Amino acid sequence: MESTETLFDFIQQQAGKLLEQTLTHTGLTFISVLLAVAIGVPAGILISRKKRLAAPVLGFAGVMQTIPSIALLGFMIPLLGIGPKPAIVALFLYALLPIVRNTYTGIRGVDPNVTEAATGMGMSRRQMLLKVQLPLAMPVILAGIRTATVINVGVATLAAYIAAGGLGEFIFGGIALNNTNMMLAGAIPAALLALLFDWLLSLLQHINIRKARKTLYALPVAFLLLSSFYLLPNTYSGKMLAGFTPEFMGRKDGDLGLKSVYGLHIRTLVISDMIMYKAAYEKKLDVISGSSTDGRVKAFDLVVLEDDKHIFPPYYAAPIVREETLQKYPELEPALNLLVGTINDSIMTELNYRVDYLKQNPEKVAKDFLVAKQLWKPAGKGDKGSIRIGSKIFGDGYILAAMYKMLIEGHTGLTAVTKTGLGGTKIVFDALVNDQIDMYPEYTGTGLLVLLQAPQQVTDSIISDSRKVYDYVSAAFAKQYHIKWLQPIGFNNTYALMMRRTAAQELHIKTISDFTKYVNQQ
Amino acid sequence: MIKLEHVSKFFGPEKKAVDDISFEVKEGETLVLLGTSGCGKTTTLRMINRLLEADSGQIFINGQEIQGLPGEILRRNIGYVLQNTGLFPHYTVSDNIGLVPSLLQWDKERIHNRVITLMDKLHLPAAYATAYPQQLSGGQQQRVGLARALAADPPVLLMDEPFGALDPLTRISVRKEFKSLDEISHRTIILVTHDVEEAFELGHRICLMNEGRIQQLGTPAELIFHPVNDFVRSFLDPQRLQLELKSLRIKDLWQWLPPATKAADGQLTAASTCWNALEAITHEPVTVVYEQEQKMIDGNGLMEAIAAYKN
Repeated sequence: MESTETLFDFIQQQAGKLLEQTLTHTGLTFISVLLAVAIGVPAGILISRKKRLAAPVLGFAGVMQTIPSIALLGFMIPLLGIGPKPAIVALFLYALLPIVRNTYTGIRGVDPNVTEAATGMGMSRRQMLLKVQLPLAMPVILAGIRTATVINVGVATLAAYIAAGGLGEFIFGGIALNNTNMMLAGAIPAALLALLFDWLLSLLQHINIRKARKTLYALPVAFLLLSSFYLLPNTYSGKMLAGFTPEFMGRKDGDLGLKSVYGLHIRTLVISDMIMYKAAYEKKLDVISGSSTDGRVKAFDLVVLEDDKHIFPPYYAAPIVREETLQKYPELEPALNLLVGTINDSIMTELNYRVDYLKQNPEKVAKDFLVAKQLWKPAGKGDKGSIRIGSKIFGDGYILAAMYKMLIEGHTGLTAVTKTGLGGTKIVFDALVNDQIDMYPEYTGTGLLVLLQAPQQVTDSIISDSRKVYDYVSAAFAKQYHIKWLQPIGFNNTYALMMRRTAAQELHIKTISDFTKYVNQQ
Repeated sequence: MIKLEHVSKFFGPEKKAVDDISFEVKEGETLVLLGTSGCGKTTTLRMINRLLEADSGQIFINGQEIQGLPGEILRRNIGYVLQNTGLFPHYTVSDNIGLVPSLLQWDKERIHNRVITLMDKLHLPAAYATAYPQQLSGGQQQRVGLARALAADPPVLLMDEPFGALDPLTRISVRKEFKSLDEISHRTIILVTHDVEEAFELGHRICLMNEGRIQQLGTPAELIFHPVNDFVRSFLDPQRLQLELKSLRIKDLWQWLPPATKAADGQLTAASTCWNALEAITHEPVTVVYEQEQKMIDGNGLMEAIAAYKN
């Protein structure tokens, strides 16, 4: 449906947003580089004089540089929350090393005969620094600033993960939605910005400093101006603040649906799901786009708002199995169906909480659960055959795969091997079709929208009814792939709007409609 | 003008770079600090403009203890020439020369005039004023370095191996030019070198140093004809004949020279060295007039006079 849209179309449609992101990106980059210059150049000068400080200072800046950028951003959140502050600090730390090191190297690299002459002629330390050392070190210092700027244009894309905006919003949205145009609309401008700034600074590096002193004075002014871009876009206001993942922002069954169906217009930050839940818990965000069975919903005491107008498609989990396998081992299907009706949303959330948050072993969690439901039996002989169970690379998948293995081995004479962590939907489904695995747990919504890519009018007509979606995918999979959808287990792992339990109770908000009403009242 | 009293400098607890040195340089005099590498001559020089601080002893310039002045102020009033010139690569030739006057906050007009004058005296083409040092030859760079040291007209000039980085031919011509420069004739100069010939040619007096101590301090003739110890003698031995000829003047030999019957075509002054005289008489004998007396110099007569002087 969107495959016919060209990159150019996308850029045209999103021109306003693209401009805003580019300005934000430029601003983030330059604020941080400016700070790094303000701190890094004096630090470099200091350590060129006090050699004992050189190793620890360069060491510190070097360590900062080696921390993976996303981790550095992560460290900043407990200290500074989310948004521009932690992003700028993290980018500042990244820019520090090239600037401090080049200042130090540049000054140390000045010919000792020249500095001796400067002293011998009667220059004070200050005069020597300003008239001899800095001018002669300037090309090297500028090279450091250049490196730092280019690094920061790249790292600033990650700022989108912690709600600081920038071109990363398009890039990560594009990756999450598998939308190449969106990805390129972020990536190409980011690359162009890096090239542009690199080129501009290279011009500066090669001019004669003494002849063009005014240019040098213009540099900080230009940096300040570029930094100020960051302040331009933040014009929203309002009491409630939403944090949505890049994927959610671009989906019809996400932010677009919230706007068109519920009429919800709220100040929104784009944020990574890795930190979104915690940010909501810490009251940095008021409402987030979570996943209904995520363990962190429990961990951070959040409550899911009811989707009373049904914009989020049903994602009911059910095992899907090759028909060949079912015919060969008729005892398999009843064993798998033992799980039906035992797990609802909150039980799945609880199980995920134990695995993701309490770091318990998925096998142990699965066994404890089966034992509690009196479904667990010791493994049989397992000499009748072997079933290969796959799963995707996240909580639900691991736990369900472990449960199915125990059910198969306890209730039939078959053995089971699990092949967990097969990555995303595409990989695990290909493995099933190509007879590399026999079964894996899948979601109805994913079957409809991702695997079958059902036509728009079909989707629209059935999306609000979970039963219809299940019937449609069952029929289509049987026909196209000879794969059977067994009965849904009972929980629905779908998108959900969620907020802090205390806040929801205080404001008497239960459904998305309630929430919309509350937001629009303000 | 410059006086050192019991000056010592240690590098580390054991190593004495300069060990209890005292000497005095009179106004307008050129003193050469001579010695091998590591003998302490450069260290001694650098203590005079306080690029290094003496560990003990006192240094006076014009009767004033140099510790009493801030280092920068002291150095602005002392010309300093470095072996590797130390010209600022990012300054033009005229900015390099005008450096110290601008630190002394002379007005622009005055600096400009001074730079033009010095460039002219040192035979630097005026077109080089806007050039950068690296565009100049080694000899020209050295002359710019000298001009920079002279720019603020300091009474004292310190020179650290000023011709050391030049090739032998350029060195001789720059040195000759330096000697005949009116800008330096009235200045008090301390010059460091390891080149014996240079020391004998430029120094009014020579201070020969070894291992941080003064071995002998005296005129060139005193050093070559009356060495105080074996070190001084053996230090000068390899070039003895040449040094003797260069340090002896015609007037020193006057009493042993034969009188002239008639004036020859060639003429010399009595202040000429024997070296100059030898150069002159390779073609024909010359006559010298000194204290209303006329004497003849030819090869035999000169050699006999020298032999007589040494006995």
